[in-house]
Amino acid sequence: MRYSGFRVLKEGLFGNRGWQPTWRDATPATEYDVIIIGAGGHGLATAHYLAREHGITRVAVLEKGWLGSGNIGRNTTIIRSNYLQAGNQPFYELSMKLWEGLEQDVGYNAMVSQRGILNLCHSDAQRDAYARRGNAMRLAGADAVLLDRAGVRRLCPFLNFDDARFPIVGGLHQPRAGTARHDAVAWGYAHAADSRGVDIVQNCEVTGFQIADGRCTGVETTRGRINAPKIAVCVAGSSSRVMALAGMRLPIESHVLQAFVSEGLKPIIPGVVTFGAGHFYISQSDKGGLVFGGDIDGYNSYAQRGNLPVVEDVCEGGMAVMPMIGRARLLRMWGGVMDMSMDGSPYIDKTSVDGLFFNGGWCYGGFKATPASGWCTAHLIATGEPHPVAAGYRLDRFRHGAMIDERGAGAQPNLH
Amino acid sequence: MLIDHPLLGPRDAREFVILGDASLIDRPRPDDFATRDDAIEHFHDWLHLRVNPAGAHEELWYHEQGDRSWLVVTRDTTTHAVLAVQLARDVALERGRGR
Repeated sequence: MRYSGFRVLKEGLFGNRGWQPTWRDATPATEYDVIIIGAGGHGLATAHYLAREHGITRVAVLEKGWLGSGNIGRNTTIIRSNYLQAGNQPFYELSMKLWEGLEQDVGYNAMVSQRGILNLCHSDAQRDAYARRGNAMRLAGADAVLLDRAGVRRLCPFLNFDDARFPIVGGLHQPRAGTARHDAVAWGYAHAADSRGVDIVQNCEVTGFQIADGRCTGVETTRGRINAPKIAVCVAGSSSRVMALAGMRLPIESHVLQAFVSEGLKPIIPGVVTFGAGHFYISQSDKGGLVFGGDIDGYNSYAQRGNLPVVEDVCEGGMAVMPMIGRARLLRMWGGVMDMSMDGSPYIDKTSVDGLFFNGGWCYGGFKATPASGWCTAHLIATGEPHPVAAGYRLDRFRHGAMIDERGAGAQPNLH
Repeated sequence: MLIDHPLLGPRDAREFVILGDASLIDRPRPDDFATRDDAIEHFHDWLHLRVNPAGAHEELWYHEQGDRSWLVVTRDTTTHAVLAVQLARDVALERGRGR
């Protein structure tokens, strides 16, 4: 099925009776070329790029729950490529470029909106760090503009410029960053992958791996055994649980990150704004809700809900930088389970078992990475070699001291 | 969350900071390995790999805003319920970590 403005008009005239399901609810076959575990953003993107870039269409995407039921439906929808480390920035810039062409690529409206991200800085040292980061971004082909106080005020006049404790001295602006409609990203990739013949199988939980002589040849599921010579695990949040079925321990802890949305308001926040003296980020959805979040709770959790001290901390950050949000009422808050890795950077790698690939460890930055993650995972599966921009995302990098630690916090997952 | 401190009774979890998995107590000792590569392997696994269970999880909490003791808290990661609390010192001594 194709989507277009014309189609919307036509269906509107005829009572919207002509719409078909966006993807087939497939029944699993017994044999595929590739099995992808997890029908979230990264799994579906991997399936799409496997089919489109590498011509591999005998692919099954197995999902324990329903399509897009994990973190692709629980994030704060921000897309950006403002990283510093050489192992990260080219990867996220590839992702940004893929976001820019995503809707045309998958034929689905993902509401990608390049409304910009503004990282505020509150001290001279922080401004220097942002200048360095901006330079690193530009060297990798991304866009970055260092704003002074007047420049920030032009963009966001409503910020707290009178705060003596956390004065706003400037900001790093990435105009090409922005937001995207998170669920529609999953639906779009599902739509595109399905139209190329990929089977998306919901309510199909993987309960075990068939491993013999160091090679994985299939999976046991609640809907029977399914064989494939290549199997990719894309289940961030539950990575440790699934990989434990293959007898592996990972450099990952699961933590809960909370997010919040206010009642719908008239347009007030022009893009994404982040507070540099605490951890607080905010944007406004097209529906008008202020979408914001901050730190993870800090303790291991699979509960998809957090506790009140972090709610207070996030709201304090918001009040410090943007006192007007104190007048808005909170509509909803929720939590998502994050794969927190040992250096704050993800993994896209082969494992010690032949034919078994792993994609995870996205910390709380997985959404923006969705296109490049799928692109690079598909590349790894199809060619057997890591994609150049994801070459540093190895599971064994800590053995060699090759960690990619943006924050410089060391092997302490809850600090990244 | 409330953490039932063995010495002080129930305390608000925000008085504490969490370090992580209590397996960090089991730091490799020199007599655990014979070669340099062996040592790297042991330290790598100890520092970087986690079981990360969904369910009961033993973890190290530090009573920073209190008596500054280290605790081993057993907590259910699917419900956040605190199941058991011990002084980390006692746990370490039980495991033969005392000097």
